[in-house]
Amino acid sequence: MKEIRIHARAGQGAITTATILGYAYFLKGFYPYAFPHFGAARMGAPMNAFLRVDTKPIRLRSQIYEPDYVLIVDPTLLRGFNCLVGLKDDGIAIINEGEGIDKSKLNFKRKLYFVPAAKIALETIGKPLANTALLGAFIAVSRDLDIEVLIKSLEIRFKGEILEKNILSAKKGFEFVKERF
Amino acid sequence: MKRFLEGSQAVANSVALCKPGVIAAYPITPQTHIPEELSKLVAEGLLNSEFVNVESEHSAASVVLGSTACGVRSYTATSSQGLLLMGEVLFNIAGLRLPVVLTCANRAVSAPINIWNDQQDSISLRDSGWAQFYVENIQEAVDFHIIAYRLAEDRNIMLPVMVCMDGYILTHGVEVVDMPEQKDVDRFLPAYKPLYKLDIENPLTLGFLADTDYYMETRFAIQKTHQEILDLLPKITHDFRNVFGRDYGEGLIETYRTTDAERVIVAMGSVCGTIKEVVDQLRRKGKKVGLLKVITYRPFPIDKIYEALKNVPKVAVLDRALSLGADAPLYTEIRAIFFGKKRSPKLIRSFIAGLGGRDITLDSIKEIFKKLSLKTTEEEFIDLKPELLKDKV
Repeated sequence: MKEIRIHARAGQGAITTATILGYAYFLKGFYPYAFPHFGAARMGAPMNAFLRVDTKPIRLRSQIYEPDYVLIVDPTLLRGFNCLVGLKDDGIAIINEGEGIDKSKLNFKRKLYFVPAAKIALETIGKPLANTALLGAFIAVSRDLDIEVLIKSLEIRFKGEILEKNILSAKKGFEFVKERF
Repeated sequence: MKRFLEGSQAVANSVALCKPGVIAAYPITPQTHIPEELSKLVAEGLLNSEFVNVESEHSAASVVLGSTACGVRSYTATSSQGLLLMGEVLFNIAGLRLPVVLTCANRAVSAPINIWNDQQDSISLRDSGWAQFYVENIQEAVDFHIIAYRLAEDRNIMLPVMVCMDGYILTHGVEVVDMPEQKDVDRFLPAYKPLYKLDIENPLTLGFLADTDYYMETRFAIQKTHQEILDLLPKITHDFRNVFGRDYGEGLIETYRTTDAERVIVAMGSVCGTIKEVVDQLRRKGKKVGLLKVITYRPFPIDKIYEALKNVPKVAVLDRALSLGADAPLYTEIRAIFFGKKRSPKLIRSFIAGLGGRDITLDSIKEIFKKLSLKTTEEEFIDLKPELLKDKV
């Protein structure tokens, strides 16, 4: 079983992100379970979305405390929260690189991938919606899935121009990791 | 066909397969995506149904009361405060013997305001005359709505059914679901043919005054019908298996590794999945533990639970609701089963967990199994934060 925890703010599309990634795993024959946990029920409040993936149906219904992967959509959350808490020793964090992150405070043995996802999103989508770029980066890092299956999953969720922009964003996130790491 | 669906979306599509003629809902918190998805299906012409937006849950329940009384299959969904606001009408729906099906997305009850999951809302309506199912996962949520209509509309039953699914965990969770085919649902669930209905061509009245000479018999009749549900439901789930291939046993309880178990947790809803995980983990270490899942809480399947637990030495009952001022609801009823019986667990202990969305983790469940080995018999709140509790001012 693999466990992925996404840190974002309500309204930033973390549930959609977990669902898109879950769908990609589903297309590969896995049994994903994507679910949210809201803090205060309003836009901008810190929240988590989770994704559990296994080769058989998921029964465990608790939140994820010891993730294999952490995806941080909103880097400003790093100021107030330890988003990496519980991340497995061999776990991986993929972080939307933003201003004001003190990387020296994050220096421990776990692998951290900083991806300029918001910048990619601004170039491709025109809005700082970092999600699909982070998903592209996740595909490159995890090697569980290929970029084609992520694109298929995006096609379920989006249509037309928005789809094309998100595919481009995902590809750029994917390529960034492939080139840099 | 296998799909990757959000619980609310899956249930809405399952309800649509049952072709309700009227759907009524109050479209504001506490509500789920279920009515939202259904309203979309109606608007897109994919479901031929009258969708009635109302001004409160009391009205939503009243609309489906009226439409079902007119002989039309009807549906509504709610949660938490909304269910409580429906309360008066829900008793009426049962008293009128109207086979409404309602989804309760289980959520905590105010005050303080809390939008998260527990089961206080539907447990508080346990005496209303409605049958109640508690589902463990989204597949069960999908399937038990179809079973609910079949049961409710059976001419020997004619009672409403509430399908209870944990809020957020199942309503907002997304997982793989095998969605039934329309032709199979049509085969399993015939069109609703009411015994009586409100009809201007053949006027009659329903729910008119029953004075001291009559009222008590109407209540007795509902009580008897609940007993009949216990006999009928196994036949319905048997038919369900034949048509859809999924096996829910008798639809009343599910036992998981209880045969030789020394310690068993009794629970309802999605937490049963987490308990199964812990049971498997502890079994690998040689611990004889198990789970008894109550699927049908109303009617309460006393005989089945007795048979499942009579040889188990230690039983923990996990409630996600309270009866403030008394023992927890499920615990009270499990204990009552064994009074005066020759065979009985030596210990039945009450545990309360997960109120107001407090997460129930693997450790929470392990804690319950561990505490079941202790000598004490006291009620225990799991994952309580004593630091938040102050002495009396």
